[in-house]
Amino acid sequence: MMVMDETPEHGAGKGVPRLELSGISKRFPGCLANDGVDLTLWPGEIHALLGENGAGKSTLVKIIYGVLKADAGGLRWQGQPTTINSPFQARQLGIGMVFQHFSLFDSLTVAENVALGLDRAGSMAELRPRVREVGQRYGLELEPDRVVHDLSVGERQRVEIVRCLMQDPRLLIMDEPTSVLTPQEAERLFETLRRLAGEGCSILYISHKLEEIRALCDAATVMRGGRVVAACDPRRESAHGLARLMIGEDFATASRDGGVELGEARLVVGGLSAPAAVPHGMPIDDISFQVAAGEILGIAGVAGNGQNTLLSALSGERSTAPASAIRINGHDAAGLGPRERRRLGLAFVPEERLGHGSVPEMSLADNALLTGYEREGLLKTGQILFGRTRDFAQRIVQSFQVVGGGVAADAGSLSGGNLQKFIIGRELLQNPGLLVVAHPTWGVDAGAAAAIHQALLDLARQGAAILLVSQDLDELLQIADRIAVLSNGHLSQCFATAEVEVERIGLLMGGLGHAVQPDESRAV
Amino acid sequence: MRFRLEARERPSRSLVYGTPVLAVALTMACGSVLFAALGHNPLAVLHAFFIQPIDSLYGLAELTVKATPLVLCAVGLALGFRANIWNIGAEGQLTLGAIAGGGLALWAGDDAGPWLLWAMMAAGLLGGGLWAAIPAYLKTRFNANEILTSLMLTYVAILLLSYLVHGPWKDPDGYSFPQTRMFADGGMLPVLLSGTRLHLGAPIALLAALAGWFVMSRMFIGFQIKVVGLTPAAAGFAGFSVRRLTWITLLAGGAMAGLAGLFEVAGPIGQLLPSISPGYGFTAIIVAFLGRLHPLGILIAGLFIALSYLGGETVQITLGLPLAVSGVFQGMLLFFLLAADVLVRYRPRWTTTTTAGAAVAGEAD
Repeated sequence: MMVMDETPEHGAGKGVPRLELSGISKRFPGCLANDGVDLTLWPGEIHALLGENGAGKSTLVKIIYGVLKADAGGLRWQGQPTTINSPFQARQLGIGMVFQHFSLFDSLTVAENVALGLDRAGSMAELRPRVREVGQRYGLELEPDRVVHDLSVGERQRVEIVRCLMQDPRLLIMDEPTSVLTPQEAERLFETLRRLAGEGCSILYISHKLEEIRALCDAATVMRGGRVVAACDPRRESAHGLARLMIGEDFATASRDGGVELGEARLVVGGLSAPAAVPHGMPIDDISFQVAAGEILGIAGVAGNGQNTLLSALSGERSTAPASAIRINGHDAAGLGPRERRRLGLAFVPEERLGHGSVPEMSLADNALLTGYEREGLLKTGQILFGRTRDFAQRIVQSFQVVGGGVAADAGSLSGGNLQKFIIGRELLQNPGLLVVAHPTWGVDAGAAAAIHQALLDLARQGAAILLVSQDLDELLQIADRIAVLSNGHLSQCFATAEVEVERIGLLMGGLGHAVQPDESRAV
Repeated sequence: MRFRLEARERPSRSLVYGTPVLAVALTMACGSVLFAALGHNPLAVLHAFFIQPIDSLYGLAELTVKATPLVLCAVGLALGFRANIWNIGAEGQLTLGAIAGGGLALWAGDDAGPWLLWAMMAAGLLGGGLWAAIPAYLKTRFNANEILTSLMLTYVAILLLSYLVHGPWKDPDGYSFPQTRMFADGGMLPVLLSGTRLHLGAPIALLAALAGWFVMSRMFIGFQIKVVGLTPAAAGFAGFSVRRLTWITLLAGGAMAGLAGLFEVAGPIGQLLPSISPGYGFTAIIVAFLGRLHPLGILIAGLFIALSYLGGETVQITLGLPLAVSGVFQGMLLFFLLAADVLVRYRPRWTTTTTAGAAVAGEAD
């Protein structure tokens, strides 16, 4: 645990930096993703690369790992000017990378997957004990002969990390590693990373979770709009201070004010089971809950535990639910499609902004028509009332401060945060009695996220029922009144947010909620 | 210096309408080279191909006669194409429309009332629509690919027509030629301009294009068609039924092709023959894309392609060139159009590698 304190101060007599980037620039059509970025990594340093979505973090690490080529700028590896043309060459130099999305073969064993990731694997008989040994040394216990298909998300990530460690990396790049982990799994990962750093490996840690960066990292480089805007010691900054550096302005965080008067149940789900919505998706099994007018029920859980199946069953895009399994405003909605459910007062914000919640090639006005056509009265005898449609879109843009081109602009031209504000505004302005919203602030800047949270709280206060499905536990703790956990297609009981312990939620997210008591979890 | 294509930030709106013009220009340029290679004066051929056919009132009327079935088919097809429903079988639907309407005319005989023509049009719409209903059913029920089913049904339709005119519907006084009796006057489209073959079908095709424009740009159903074509997941989210739109677009496209077929047999032809169309249903696919799937663009494209039919005949007669010239022109046009459409999303760029002075910037791509 204390390894962290032994890490060196920046450059204090430690010779040459492990990696030195100077003036890296990369342009994509329509955006300058990296603009003269400088970055220095020392041996044994856990260095955070911090920034909002679109700040240019991913582009930068892809350049380091040889996936992309910079348009300009220089790179020194252990003091030597170097060109990295491919991931293969990066691995040869000793650079390993764990991507946010895993690249594992489900039907192969752990050892086979590790072998496939190595440039020189050797025989399986030699590999198996080495996988076990490397795993043990860094607290990444893995059974080499288990099939990846049966592993949890956290275990799969361990396979990816072990695969990198097998090549004795001098620099390990981790891209948002905790976004798929429970709090307990994340804590274990941090210990592994600290141990690695203690052995002199440099770690470039990409994240936008401020608390974990403060707990883990020795140095931080903050990016905004493709540029480095600050370099600091995250241990000496507050989370709010880091956030301000990240978004470049101050913002107010929304919070519950408690004491909500609950009304009648708007959404009643009873014994809902459904097969997976997509191939290799997760089916849901016997899910029951209800959401009352005036409250926000949060559904926590690591992605891939049945959220998509649940959401498509609730939206009506796949109406395979048994009769009466879903009741909206007292009506049996199980057999109804999205249009009929909207008539009953349901509004829905899907996870994917572009291509599900909106049509990228169409204007904001057309996208307002997409779901508002009935409740906003935008049609007359099959014809579109263009004036009313524009007015409706204009109201959304004004009420939710959607920046970017006005109602005639294509949805695809807006930034993620602004498009999300537009989509949420579109649903909210239709005065829904029930709102189902999925991952509303995913990839959205902190300012927009705060605005979205406030809008959801206001809607609940006006008497709507809200079901909030999110991976972001902080978000749920901040605005949900009650929280339930979806794990492996099963839903836990609901907990009042004010009383629940985070450890308990974390264990439920890991599928262990019933077996282990909260007290034992602290010993992990 | 290297040439490469670079993705545009967003599709170029001006080029969406510019590439058809570019494609026409390239077709003419390549055609000229081809004619020069065949030993003809290119300007004379182009004049004979594009100008001579329409330098008289009769020629203009002929142009409209040829454009009528093309526009009718293409407007219907474009509805489906906008929704990613690829009906390739307009030729078969056209044939079935001709069989249904023509059969009615043969059955009614010589002394039918003025209702006959209207009933024939209804039969044409119905026949084409029913033929398109088969791919629609197979698609919505079994998820069978409509490209294959509609195309295969085209050959079934042509063989059915062939069977009828060789067999049960053959004119008993026709010296065993494979053709039916001529339709009675009441079963023929009135000629609008004496001395020409311009018939009632032309203004109806114009109305159909206007109706298509109205549906696509003003009606909610047109909006739904566009959303399904662009982003099917968003259509599902909005509650638009892909199934229903599949039915609607295929039926509408089939019905309009069927009407085009009826206009051919009740207009210029006047009877049923084994071959009633020089591939209008297939050429309409080119017309639809050349017209950017926009009904009013299709009007212009339909007239242009009709000219390529007339031009082919003219150069055959006046210069002795093969009739296949029409097909070559149409083929080149579609080829250049598809190629030029790359420019809508990409811009050509000459790059120099000298900017990459620093160590990281790559030489290789």
